[in-house]
Amino acid sequence: MRQARPPLRWRLREMGLDGVTLLVVPGVLFVLALFIYPFVYGLVLSFHPKQGGAWANYVTFFSNPYLYNTISTTLGIAIPATLINVVASVPVAMRVRLMKRQRLLTTILVIPITLGTVMVAEGLLTFLGPRGWFNRLLLLSGLVSSPVGLLHNYWGVMLSLVITGFPFTFLLTLSYVTGIDPSLEHAGAMLGARARQRFFRIILPLLAPGLAITLALAFVQAFTVFPSAILVGQPQGTTRVISIAAYQAAFEQYDYSLASAIAMLMALVQVVIIVLLLGGRSLLFRGPASSGKG
Amino acid sequence: MHRGLSERLWAIAIWAVVLFFVVNLLAMIAAVTVDSFGTRWFNTWLPAGFTGQWYAMVWNEFGLPAILWVTVEVVGAVVLISGLIGVPAAYAMARRNFPGKQAVMLLFLLPLLVPPITYGIPLATVLYRAHLAGTMNGVILANLVPALPFVILVMIPFVEQIDPRVEAAARVFGAGTFRLFVQVLVPLLTPGILAALLLVLVRTIAMFELTFLTAGTDSQTLVVALYYAVFAAGVRPNQSIDAMAVVYMVTTLIWLLIALRFVNPTQIVTRAKQ
Repeated sequence: MRQARPPLRWRLREMGLDGVTLLVVPGVLFVLALFIYPFVYGLVLSFHPKQGGAWANYVTFFSNPYLYNTISTTLGIAIPATLINVVASVPVAMRVRLMKRQRLLTTILVIPITLGTVMVAEGLLTFLGPRGWFNRLLLLSGLVSSPVGLLHNYWGVMLSLVITGFPFTFLLTLSYVTGIDPSLEHAGAMLGARARQRFFRIILPLLAPGLAITLALAFVQAFTVFPSAILVGQPQGTTRVISIAAYQAAFEQYDYSLASAIAMLMALVQVVIIVLLLGGRSLLFRGPASSGKG
Repeated sequence: MHRGLSERLWAIAIWAVVLFFVVNLLAMIAAVTVDSFGTRWFNTWLPAGFTGQWYAMVWNEFGLPAILWVTVEVVGAVVLISGLIGVPAAYAMARRNFPGKQAVMLLFLLPLLVPPITYGIPLATVLYRAHLAGTMNGVILANLVPALPFVILVMIPFVEQIDPRVEAAARVFGAGTFRLFVQVLVPLLTPGILAALLLVLVRTIAMFELTFLTAGTDSQTLVVALYYAVFAAGVRPNQSIDAMAVVYMVTTLIWLLIALRFVNPTQIVTRAKQ
């Protein structure tokens, strides 16, 4: 006698599909409709330029220095900012992890992340201006004879990226550093390794995968710097970043097709950098950094 | 452990850098606050006198009440909708293994990893074509794109902490999925839901890029209005811009402090990004 097949509902449930699983559907549909679809739409739109053939937008971008220079300008801001933030985060996180009461410091540092770049830009304009407290103090100390111009140029944007970016990389690094089992370092210390050796031979290799992620996230954020490049930078010149070019194409020239092309190039640069960083990460040690019961 | 001199100097150098950063950060916030209450401020450490007139000006002449009301509506809608869709979705993600689950997980991670300006431009284009951009609904939809996945990813570990036997017991006593949610899961998940929604609230108040790209003149939130005020500096007295900045700061930081009662500052970064 042939065994009857179980009903469809049972078989689906066996695969993990039942009424509860359906609860995920609205969320999936929403992200598909408002994240994936716009991306695909933008990609297709970028190949339907206002004039010319399918690649006309990309040809325009790479033949107009006012447009293609934005990539090097943006990299010239984003790469140093990312390196400063990540390199400074590691020693600070190494110190702070030993602190008993980190809460006050981490709370203060989460403030600039929360306030965001627009507020930080306004703060910098008031604080660093020629008559602001920062320049008054410098003049009083006799270090400079005239106010330092840190606004409306490259340095304004750099400072804004450090103020919002450093807390971000620091808190992320801190979470990775505290995830490393201290007994590994103790073992190194008992075998006679000095602090420097312990850091470079034990901590850093364990931290490297986390640092790769931190670098990738910090870079992507710095690469898409937007409001501060306009408010405290020099948006026609030294800080004309790629997001400004994309914004102007869309909302000043109403060329959504070119704007989509620039947005796609922006995404492409981010993907390339992330693949390089995370690809390098796969070469690194990926075993457990915490010990015992996982 | 014996610590050498160089090690001690290194520690002092690190603390000096941290102190320099924190002092400048706090001074920056203080400078904005002092300026917003100042009458005139030239070449002195403090303004010539103090006044509340700039707040009155922002309130009466620059339409602050309307901006605040738009902010409340947008943020309220985003929090409500992301909670209603996100919490059940997180429950399904935590409790079921289904084919394609990893792809769905990646789908929820992407809007948090890709910076808003990158997807904001194509998203705004689509919303303009659909005649939604420039309206309140468009702003709410755009802000939901990062908010909804955020709620889902924050909630998954909270759901996983609940003993499945509690749910099984409720099922045995005949509770359907809806009753299970209302009477069992929501009460147990309250700390998690509060944490997730408060963080979404703070992030939405501060979300500049997506709101900026999709807002019309009557759908600007506080942060976008602040941007336009700073952008057009010179049109208004600088103190009034700082008054607006203080209103924005107070609004954001109050909610941040409330949120920090439920989460660690470190988690704001890590939960959001992993």
